[in-house]
Amino acid sequence: MLIDWFTVGAQALNFIILVWLLKRFLYKPILGAVDAREKRIAAELADAASRKAEAQKERDAYEHKNAEFDRQRAALLAKATQEADAERQRLLDEARKAADALAAKRREALQSDAANLNQAIRRRAEQEVFAIARQALADLASTSLEECMVDLFARRLRLMDGKAKLDFGEALKAATEPVVVRSAFDLPEAQRSVVTKALKETFAADIPVRFATSPDLVSGIELTASGQKIGWSIADYLASLEQGVGELVQAKGQSEAGPKAEPEPAPKRKAKSASSPKAPKPKAAHS
Amino acid sequence: MRLSADQMILWQYGFIKINGTIAFTWGLMAVLAVGSKRITRHLSTDLQRSRWQNLLEIIVTGIMQQIEDVGLRSPEIYLGFLGTLFLFVASASICTIIPGYEPPTGSLSTTAALALCVFVVVPFFGIKAQGLGGYLRSYAEPTIIMLPFNIISELSRTLALAVRLFGNMMSGTMILAILLTITPFIFPIAMSALGLLTGMVQAYIFSILAGVYIAAATRGHNTRGPKAKPIPAVQP
Repeated sequence: MLIDWFTVGAQALNFIILVWLLKRFLYKPILGAVDAREKRIAAELADAASRKAEAQKERDAYEHKNAEFDRQRAALLAKATQEADAERQRLLDEARKAADALAAKRREALQSDAANLNQAIRRRAEQEVFAIARQALADLASTSLEECMVDLFARRLRLMDGKAKLDFGEALKAATEPVVVRSAFDLPEAQRSVVTKALKETFAADIPVRFATSPDLVSGIELTASGQKIGWSIADYLASLEQGVGELVQAKGQSEAGPKAEPEPAPKRKAKSASSPKAPKPKAAHS
Repeated sequence: MRLSADQMILWQYGFIKINGTIAFTWGLMAVLAVGSKRITRHLSTDLQRSRWQNLLEIIVTGIMQQIEDVGLRSPEIYLGFLGTLFLFVASASICTIIPGYEPPTGSLSTTAALALCVFVVVPFFGIKAQGLGGYLRSYAEPTIIMLPFNIISELSRTLALAVRLFGNMMSGTMILAILLTITPFIFPIAMSALGLLTGMVQAYIFSILAGVYIAAATRGHNTRGPKAKPIPAVQP
């Protein structure tokens, strides 16, 4: 008999026991370990995925920040450039203004210097011209000229009228001392009598006269009494001419000191200065 | 001549006896259980693990994959029975390289016991899956005429299981024994290697056939759809 039924039963029982043993010691632990590993790997993968997502998120955030920084930097740079340009423009303007002011000041100084120099030259030339004229006239003066002068003086005296004559007459009458008649040269007796006579005729009074010489008069004659003076002399002409030229020079200097002062051509000025000075009338000056 | 280890009586007390088949089975059980316990005592869930653990993981996941390929959707339910069938038959044939050892599967009693276990387990899983009525109805499929044939088929395949394994294992041992008397050198080694291969093939056939029978019983005619797609096991 090939089949032993007790052995069959025993083997079936053995097999069932083996199934239990292997389930207990083999399948459960091994499957548990495999499952645990799978779970662990899945967890690690999920963790890695979440970390990756987080890293991506952070990367995005950093990229965004970087872009923001770049934008801000560009804006700041543009602003700084603009400010630097404005500052440069301002400094340039200031420098230009300062340069302009300096140039204007220098030009003014130069103009002032030039004007001063011109004035000095004119004054000097004027003085020289008058000195020469005075010298020439002094050289030319002579007794005959003195005679003519005395005649002219006498004529003038007689022609005096109005208030001037009245005032002078009062002054002559009030004088305690003899009136002084000054001339460049000592007058001869004839001419002295002409003067005395003319005075007497003019003021209808006998007036004591004292004659004196004064080279300053160049060529002329004058009568002074109690601070009042009447006379005629070339020196008066010259003084009048000098005064006229001086006024002209002053006017020129002022107009040239102005911003648009243009120097007038010399010939014109010469012509002007050469214009005949007003002939001073014999005047009664109150000093 | 002794056909199987059944006739090697070690201890007997009336009806109760301990023969070679039972003794060798106990030995195999002890090796399998103790080996498993020793290896699985320090299991690592880390990526680094021992070679033995790797080997056991490969075996267990490989068996599960095979069960799944047969068409059983939850392989862990059937792993205990089908895996143990395979491991027992396979280890019984591998141990034939040990001199003096006789495989318990070379005994018709053992193979009959295993076939009876299959004969019991198939309706158990079938009823569990479809209910008693559903399972019994499957015998009358497609028509009631098929009922006697289905019953005969049930019985005959159990007999075939037992006899196939017994024949193969017993013949292997017998051939080896006969060859040893004729040509003592070299040739028996080749036959022994062939016997190992035959034993592994038989272990595979036995467990796969059991799996197929269980699958056929659990699916029924309503759920006989396309074969379940195998879920790829994670291979660390």
